[in-house]
Amino acid sequence: MKLLSLSGILGYGFSEEALKNAFIEPPDYVGVDGGSVDPGPYYLGKGVSFTTRDCVKRDVSLSLEPSLKAHAPYIVGTAGGSGSSSHLEWLRDIFFEVAREQGLSFKMALIYTDVDKPYVLQKLQNGKVISLGDLPLTEKAIADSCRIVSQIGVSPIIEALKAGADVVLAGRSCDTAIFAAPCIMHGYDPALAFHMAKIMECGSMCAEPISAADVMQGVIEKDYFELTPAHPKRRCTVRNVAAHTMYEQSNPYMIYEPDGVINLLNARYEQVNERTVRVSGSRFIPTDKPTLKLEGVRPLGFRSVAFAGIKDPETVKRIDEIFDGVCAFVRENTKGLLNGDDYTLSLHKYGVPLSKDAEAAEPAHDLGLIIDVVAKTEHSSEFVLSLARSRMLHYDYKGRKGTAGNLAFPFSPSDIHLGEVFEYSIYHLAEVDSLLETSEIRYINVGGSDDTLG
Amino acid sequence: MTRLVDLATVVRSKNAGPLWLTLDVMFDGEENFTRAIQSEAITPKSISDLFGVPAEKVSIIPYPIVNSIKITIPRNPVSGSIGETDVYGCQQYLPLYSLMV
Repeated sequence: MKLLSLSGILGYGFSEEALKNAFIEPPDYVGVDGGSVDPGPYYLGKGVSFTTRDCVKRDVSLSLEPSLKAHAPYIVGTAGGSGSSSHLEWLRDIFFEVAREQGLSFKMALIYTDVDKPYVLQKLQNGKVISLGDLPLTEKAIADSCRIVSQIGVSPIIEALKAGADVVLAGRSCDTAIFAAPCIMHGYDPALAFHMAKIMECGSMCAEPISAADVMQGVIEKDYFELTPAHPKRRCTVRNVAAHTMYEQSNPYMIYEPDGVINLLNARYEQVNERTVRVSGSRFIPTDKPTLKLEGVRPLGFRSVAFAGIKDPETVKRIDEIFDGVCAFVRENTKGLLNGDDYTLSLHKYGVPLSKDAEAAEPAHDLGLIIDVVAKTEHSSEFVLSLARSRMLHYDYKGRKGTAGNLAFPFSPSDIHLGEVFEYSIYHLAEVDSLLETSEIRYINVGGSDDTLG
Repeated sequence: MTRLVDLATVVRSKNAGPLWLTLDVMFDGEENFTRAIQSEAITPKSISDLFGVPAEKVSIIPYPIVNSIKITIPRNPVSGSIGETDVYGCQQYLPLYSLMV
């Protein structure tokens, strides 16, 4: 059975040549990862994608029609970047638009993976929550969260495929689930299915030349799978493929999934031909305690920043003293209006010498700065930054010669308001009774009689 | 003694989720890989000192199939929180450069 992974992330792009090659021998399934937690908590919090609509639409426009023609179900995981209902519906609307423009009709499954606060609270109270690191889960963290998703495994995707969906858009999903689901549904060894999925979900990242923006082909058989990049100028080598297995993983020998663990200790990698690597020998150990990961974020406030450079070596030398003075000034001038816990004021310095010795020998010039304010309200964020920026510009110190100003601003306006700020409040495993318990699947006949958008 | 960076062909870091940072040190051949492993330059203690994380939370796993060593440490702060300087964690490998093998 042949599967395609279009790109590292839907919207990162792929070459038309690779796409064309990939369909010469038609695939059975086409998949692509739609998101990641790497860009940080903002996107889940705000409900927006870190990829732009134009990029995503381009990728869908080129790849959807050939997939439907080949009767290859098209599966997207972590739709819209973070996989909440807001992200999922954003991607759904792009598919509607492409379907209208190209006159396509298909059955679409939307897998919602949002969970509500009472669900998480109950898991916590029942002792069903497992920590994944140094982030504690508290009732307050749950109450403060503004959006929570569960990261589904293969089960809901298999259900959607069995229901005959031509297009499956899944909310927050394990990257592997996109490609492992069809393999497991067709009875292939889950170890090989997950192992292949883990390597191919990044597109051509496991090839050379390396690319997160090109098509990878995977073929799964009874006892092995093979990976071949779709672009003729790329090749998979044993080293690239084995090395990619450990990419972004904390343990190169174990892949943890909601359904169990894949043990790669005995995995074998062989070069079949110049561009293809064959992999075998991984083992799947099913778990008797299935878990789903929950991800949630809480709002912290609003951020305002100002970029500036300092060229005077005397000012550079005294930057910490100056910033301490600026912080004290801000405290004094917001007295009675803001409390200390209403805002954080910090300074990012770029171009600081690595060691104290280097500083003594030759202070950095053109020190880059970001004055960074996060405050509870938009108004107070603007207020604090304005005070800090103006004070820093005119801060006087002993021996100062450049008395007209300390900061070189590259922009007018100097103060930039970045809007809401979020942080991770939940990143935990929850023991579940069923791997389907957090998902809800809705079906739409797009371009058909009950196409809701007409 | 040689600097680790001169012996390795790849030294990289990346988030393994928002709570952990994973570092990969890859060598071209078995010889350099074995030398790095045997030198004991990379230990929970040395990584703890370099990155300011508790030694008991440092994981070091040799991955000989590609002559690599994988190091995983807690991420501080949690990705994207106040105090963040590198959301993706992909520029956090520089302290490894100073290790001597």
